[in-house]
Amino acid sequence: MKVGLFIPCYINAVYPEVGEASYRLLASLGLDVDYPTGQTCCGQPMANAGFERDARPLAERMERLFAAYDYVVGPSASCVVFVKEGYPRLLDGYREHACIDARIYEICEFVHDVVRPAKLGACFPHKVSLHNSCHGVRKLGLSTPGELNVPYRSKLRDLLEMVDGVEVCEPSRRDECCGFGGMFSAEENAVSIRMGRDKLRDHLATGAEYITGADSSCLMHMQGIIDHDRLPIRTLHIVQILASNL
Amino acid sequence: MSTHSRAAARFVADAARTAWHDGALWTVRAKRDRMAQSVPEWEALRAASSAIKRHTLSHLGHYLELFERNASANGMQVHWAADADEMNRIVGEIVAAHGGRNLIKSKSMLSEECGLTPYLLARGVDAVESDLGERIMQLLHRPPSHIVLPAIAVKREEVGELFERVWHTAAGNSDPAYLTHEARRHLRGKFLGADIAMTGVNFAIAEAGAFAVCTNEGNADLGTSFPDLHIAIMGLEKVIPDYRALAVFTRLLARSATGQPVTTYTSLYRRPAAGKQIHVVIVDNGRTESLANEAHRNMLKCLRCGACMNTCPVYRRSGGATYSYFIPGPLGINLGMLRSPERYHGNVSACSLCYSCSEVCPAKIDLGEQIYAWRQELDGEGLADARKKLAVKAMNFAMRAPGRFYGAIALGRFAGRLPHGVLNNRLNPWYGSGRDMPRFAPRTFDALWKAGLVRKACGTSDDSNPEKHRQTP
Repeated sequence: MKVGLFIPCYINAVYPEVGEASYRLLASLGLDVDYPTGQTCCGQPMANAGFERDARPLAERMERLFAAYDYVVGPSASCVVFVKEGYPRLLDGYREHACIDARIYEICEFVHDVVRPAKLGACFPHKVSLHNSCHGVRKLGLSTPGELNVPYRSKLRDLLEMVDGVEVCEPSRRDECCGFGGMFSAEENAVSIRMGRDKLRDHLATGAEYITGADSSCLMHMQGIIDHDRLPIRTLHIVQILASNL
Repeated sequence: MSTHSRAAARFVADAARTAWHDGALWTVRAKRDRMAQSVPEWEALRAASSAIKRHTLSHLGHYLELFERNASANGMQVHWAADADEMNRIVGEIVAAHGGRNLIKSKSMLSEECGLTPYLLARGVDAVESDLGERIMQLLHRPPSHIVLPAIAVKREEVGELFERVWHTAAGNSDPAYLTHEARRHLRGKFLGADIAMTGVNFAIAEAGAFAVCTNEGNADLGTSFPDLHIAIMGLEKVIPDYRALAVFTRLLARSATGQPVTTYTSLYRRPAAGKQIHVVIVDNGRTESLANEAHRNMLKCLRCGACMNTCPVYRRSGGATYSYFIPGPLGINLGMLRSPERYHGNVSACSLCYSCSEVCPAKIDLGEQIYAWRQELDGEGLADARKKLAVKAMNFAMRAPGRFYGAIALGRFAGRLPHGVLNNRLNPWYGSGRDMPRFAPRTFDALWKAGLVRKACGTSDDSNPEKHRQTP
C-alpha cells in the first residue's frame, strides 16, 4: 500500500520535526511512504472563519496531489476532519468512496486502526499529559467524548501504552477545549487566551513535563502562552513520542 | 471584532469573576455528566427524544390541532398568536376581561422573547417574577444571563446589596439562607395577593390536552393555586404526542439542565378547577419560518435545558450578557440568527467549534455544526467582518500556489528575527493578552524532503523498507 504523507501548512512552516517524526513512525512500520511536494493548506482556516467556498481550489489541489495514494495520512486531527467533512461539499464532481475524504486518516487513527502494530519500539521516559483535541475527540473518535455515556476508550492512550517508559495522565477536564479554534483565536482572542491559560493550569496540575496530542494547532496556541508566561511545561506532538528513538 | 468579542474582552478582564463564573457552570456540567452516566440507556433516551421531536415537528399541524381539541374539551381556552405583538395583546385582553392588577409569573423564556412583562407593566399590571433568580434580575432591571439559572452571573454579595436597597434587609448580610428567606417572605405577599397566574409550558401533551410545567421552586404551583385565572403561554414547538413521550423528556430535562434526576416539581395542568379558568396561548413568532429552514429547523427540538450553555467553554468565560440576543450560548447564537442575521450575527464568533454542545444536547441538536453553517452564510448576506475577509482572501491567495506559500513563509521567518516586541504586542490579535508568536522553522518540511534529508535521517533513502514490527491486519 502506498501512503501519501499530508503535512498541513503550519506544520510545514513551524513544526517540520512533526512531519519528520510522522515519516519516521510510518516508515518504521514498514510502510511505503511518500510526500507529494508542493503541499500548502487544506483550507480549514478559511472554512472555520466562514469562507468554506473559498477553499474549493485548495480542495481540488489536495485531491490532485493525493490521487495516486491508497492512504493519505496526516498528523493533524482537525485538518483531517475538514477534508473528511468539508470536501464532499467542495470537490467538483465529487464521488462518494472515490475521493480523498474516503482515504484520509489522522496518523494515530491510521496506526491504531489500519496498521495495528504489535509494538512500536519507541522509548520516552517522561510524564506526559494527554491533550484530547476537540475535533480529534468529537469528530474523529480518537477518544470518547466526556459528555457521552459510552465506555471510555482512547486510541492515543492505546498507542502511548506501547511506548517504553512513558507515564500518561490527563487533565481533570479531560476534553475541555483549549481555545485555539482557528480564526477564533484572533477574533475572540481574550476568551481564547483565557481558555488556553485555564487548560494549561489543568495540564500543569498533573505534574507532567510534556503536553502531547494529535493536533499541533492546539499545541501551538498553548505553547505561545507557555512562552509568554514562562510555564514549566512543553508541548510535543504525539508522533514525536511514538517515533522517539526509532 | 464582533460585538461578542468586544463585550467578552471586558468580561474576561475581571479574571477572578471569570474563574468564578466558569467554575460555577462547570460544576453544573459535571453534575449533569454524573447523572448521564448513572442512566445506562442515556444515549438511547437522547436518540428517542430527538426522534420524537422530529416526528412531532414534521406533523406539527396535526398535533397542535389535537392538543387544541383535547384541551378545549377539558375546559381550557386555547388562543393562537402569530407573533409577539399578538401574544401580548391576547394576554392583555384576557387580563382586562378578568380584571385585577396583580400577576404572579413563573419563568418563561417566551415571555422574555416577546417582551411580555414590560408590556404588562406599561398597562398597569404588576407582573412579578416568582422564580428567585428571575426575581433578582427583575429587581436589578437586568435581563437573565442564563435560561435556567437566570442570576448565575450575580454574586451573592450583589444580591445582598440589592435586597438591602429594595427590602431593607440586614446591612452586609449576604448569607444565602438568610437572603432566600427574605425573598420568600416578600414573595409570599405577592403570591397571596395575586389575581392572575402566568406560567410557561415545558410540554403540551396533545393526546391528553394537558400541559406540564417544571420548576424547582414550586413557584408555578403555588402561583397557580390562588388566582382563578391561569394564563399559560407556549411556543408552538412545545407540543408532544403523548404521555409516553413526556416520560422520555422528563427523564432528560433535569438531568441535562442541573444534574438532578428530575425537577423538584413537575405539574400537569389538564382541567381548570370549578369556577376557575385556564387559557393557553400558542405562539408562532417566527417558528414556522424556522421549521421551513432545512439547515436550521433542528433548533425547534430544543427543550430549553441550558446544558449547551453550561458546557460551552466560551459562554462560561464570557457570561450571558456578552451576547446580543436575549438567549446566550450555543442555543442563543443559533436562535438569534434564525430571528435576524442582521441584528444578531455578532454572536457567531463566540464559538471555538469544540462541538461539546452537540454532545450534551438531550435532543441531539447539532448546535456546533449549525454555528459553522451560519458562518458560511454571513458573507453572502454581506455581514462578514471586513478584516477577517481580507485575511482569508490573502491566505487563500498564498495557499493556491506553492511558490507564494513558501515565499510567505520565508518572509515570516525574516519577521521572526525581529526583536520580540515588534510582533508580540497588543496590536497583534494573536498576541492579545499574552500569547507569543510561533517561530518559523529554519527550513520547511517541504524543503527538507526535497533535499532528501527526511528519508536520509531514517535510512530509508535507498528504498529499504524493513518489515520490522509489522503485523498483518
